[in-house]
Amino acid sequence: MKLCLRGFVFLFSLLVLSCGEKEKKKDGFSVDRTKAKTEKPKPIKSSDKASVRVDLKTKGVGPITSITLETEVNEAMAANGKEVFDKMCLACHRIGKKFIGPAPNKILERRTPEWVMNMILNPDQMVKEDQLAKDLLIEFNGSPMANQGLTEEQARAVLEYFRTL
Amino acid sequence: MKKLMYCILTLFMLVTLFISCGNQGNGSKDGALTSGAAEKVYVAPGEHDEYYAFISGGFSGQMSVYGLPSGRLFKVIPVFSQDAEKAYGYNEETKPMLNTSHGFVPWDDAHHPDISQTNGELDGRFVFINGNNTPRIAKIDLTTFETTEIIEVPNSAGNHSSSFVTENTEYVVAGTRFSVPVPQRDMPINEYKGNFKGALSFISVNPEDGGMDIKFQIIMPGFDYDLSHPGRGASHGWFFFTTYNTEEASSLLEVNASQNDKDFIAAINWKKIEEYVNNGGGKMMPANYAHNVYDEHTHTATSTMKKEVLVVNPTEVPGAIYFLPTPKSPHGCDVDPSGEYIVGNGKLSADLTVHSFTKMLAAIEGEKYDGEAYGIPILNFEDVLAGTVSQPGLGPLHTEFDGKGNAYTTFFISSEVVKWKLGTWEVVDRQPCYYSVGHLMIPGGNSRKPFGKYVLAMNKITKDRYLPTGPEVTQSAQLYDISGEKMELLLDFPTVGEPHYAAGIAADIVKKNSKKIYKLDENKHKYATLSDNDVRVERNGKEVHIYMTMIRSHFNPDNIEGVKVGDKVYFHITNHEQDYDVPHGVSVIGANTSELLIMPGQTESFIWEPKQVGVWPFYCTDFCSALHQEMQGYIRVSPANSNIKLSWSLGE
Repeated sequence: MKLCLRGFVFLFSLLVLSCGEKEKKKDGFSVDRTKAKTEKPKPIKSSDKASVRVDLKTKGVGPITSITLETEVNEAMAANGKEVFDKMCLACHRIGKKFIGPAPNKILERRTPEWVMNMILNPDQMVKEDQLAKDLLIEFNGSPMANQGLTEEQARAVLEYFRTL
Repeated sequence: MKKLMYCILTLFMLVTLFISCGNQGNGSKDGALTSGAAEKVYVAPGEHDEYYAFISGGFSGQMSVYGLPSGRLFKVIPVFSQDAEKAYGYNEETKPMLNTSHGFVPWDDAHHPDISQTNGELDGRFVFINGNNTPRIAKIDLTTFETTEIIEVPNSAGNHSSSFVTENTEYVVAGTRFSVPVPQRDMPINEYKGNFKGALSFISVNPEDGGMDIKFQIIMPGFDYDLSHPGRGASHGWFFFTTYNTEEASSLLEVNASQNDKDFIAAINWKKIEEYVNNGGGKMMPANYAHNVYDEHTHTATSTMKKEVLVVNPTEVPGAIYFLPTPKSPHGCDVDPSGEYIVGNGKLSADLTVHSFTKMLAAIEGEKYDGEAYGIPILNFEDVLAGTVSQPGLGPLHTEFDGKGNAYTTFFISSEVVKWKLGTWEVVDRQPCYYSVGHLMIPGGNSRKPFGKYVLAMNKITKDRYLPTGPEVTQSAQLYDISGEKMELLLDFPTVGEPHYAAGIAADIVKKNSKKIYKLDENKHKYATLSDNDVRVERNGKEVHIYMTMIRSHFNPDNIEGVKVGDKVYFHITNHEQDYDVPHGVSVIGANTSELLIMPGQTESFIWEPKQVGVWPFYCTDFCSALHQEMQGYIRVSPANSNIKLSWSLGE
């Protein structure tokens, strides 16, 4: 509690200070953020980030326990998956770029297909119980993965589409 | 030490529980204090109520949804009045719902909800409710709990003996309280007598989709048609309307309409009239009335003006309509679950009058008439009378039934609910109401199969019952347990507007059908943006259409430039959520309309006409996620002569 209070006082004084500084600047607002921290947080190595972490074992929590992918991509299914993706997922996920959520490119090099489908089908439980999903939630500013109500068949098609990216 | 305290506390609570459980068993004899009235209405956090109660909002124009026995308010469904909270009547989609032959009418006086029936039992598909002032009948869909259809009633005025349904929801009936010239015309008011008419409208309900259509109107003598109820069981096919002002007065009715010793209950064989019109009977007359339908897939209402209505002159269908003399300006007109008894509550009578359907049929068979009124036979009072409840109270209004042979009648002046027995007509119990009770409601109490556990009394006046809130104080409902011989007052709770009538139903019948989201796949809105690839802003002269999406926690686009002062900007926003209970709201600074509150998968539109140059924010108005405060955007408004090109973006 005391610590918290001290932190507040510090931050507040910083705010006052920085406001003073702002008037001089024409290019907007900036703060020397390193000063703001009493103890330096561990710098996040890119390999620690949940979005780049590779885990090809975890299957996640949800209805999908095991699926087998054919070696060849099923193009018709993938096309259908793109349609579903554009309608239901595009608001938060962009191809080739981090957006509200991570980009789905090459996701199967980092995740099991089961994990991907469970994340689509059962996000509420995933962000509570699956460590990767929990870490992703923090990495992505607390934006929860929305449950878009896809059927298993639709989620499977989206997965197939991801294989083409 | 602490542990010991907890132990003692737990023990104490257990003992208390035991004691109170004991009390519950023999409680009904001992009155509310010892019987655990609180327990009977206590619905634990997270638990559901046993019944839905749909309570009319009276002059609020809306209908509210409560749970019984807790008396908790769940939703106020906008019906006849604009509702800024839900954008009803404000957004482009629902404005047409309030269209009438008099133009846009943003208010009405909502009176009598009635739930659709199949085989005389509540089926929980729809609730119908009447707008009294500008005659309309609305239908609320109980999958979405939204108003999906409103039909205006021509030739009617003071749409009060409405909106009651027949045993299979063949018809919802709308009777006029005020008689008027039919067709409307410029004529002296004092020539009312013999010239004004009262229209009773039978609105057919499509068994598939519930679509409403006025099948026929019976053009009755110029009385006031006050309330009505359908026959059921043996009397299915008949409808009964109370009348007052059979004096046909047009002024100072409180005196002039109280002259006759008896007014009438009009008994109408609607099956006979239906057959007559199906065989080409009746006459099409020119009319002008609005029919407004909300489409669940386009999320949009359309209003169509209808130009004619089929009218029936009662004298041309002999044997279809009779008058049953009923003492002193009867108000409520209620039919018991068997369909045999028709109760007419003469407001100014000391006794309750109960007519017998069997005796009525016999009297008709025997052609025992006591005269006629405008060609409609009047039956002999004694011939149709089943019995009277003698001096039960003052100012009887309405009666409901528990399905166990008992009837419950409200008394406005003596402010009480009186329980009496059908057949023996003896009074069994009476309980005070606080104060001046109007209608009462037993869930299913006007069907073949009432759920006879509670009665809800709805009061006009509360005076000192609640914390005062200035001159205007709340109106209220009171819940009584009627499972025992004696009624027991359990709960008072405040209501929205004036609770005229209510309709109640077991929650299990309804809740399983309640929709959770609108599927994006089924979204056929003209301005929907179904994929984020399709967001865009288009200019068409001075009209700017923004095709926008929303999802936790951003709008796409959220930066828009190239709008100019004098433009008419349409925001068409599609909520891309597909999860339960994730609506988003939206509004923009200076909008001369309400916010939008958009359900998952739904599209809604509002118009913004920027009047000032600047950069103006818009934001989500319904707390939606941890990053709700971040759900915002800007729209740049340039001078009218600016050449800034239209552009839009998100995250760039």
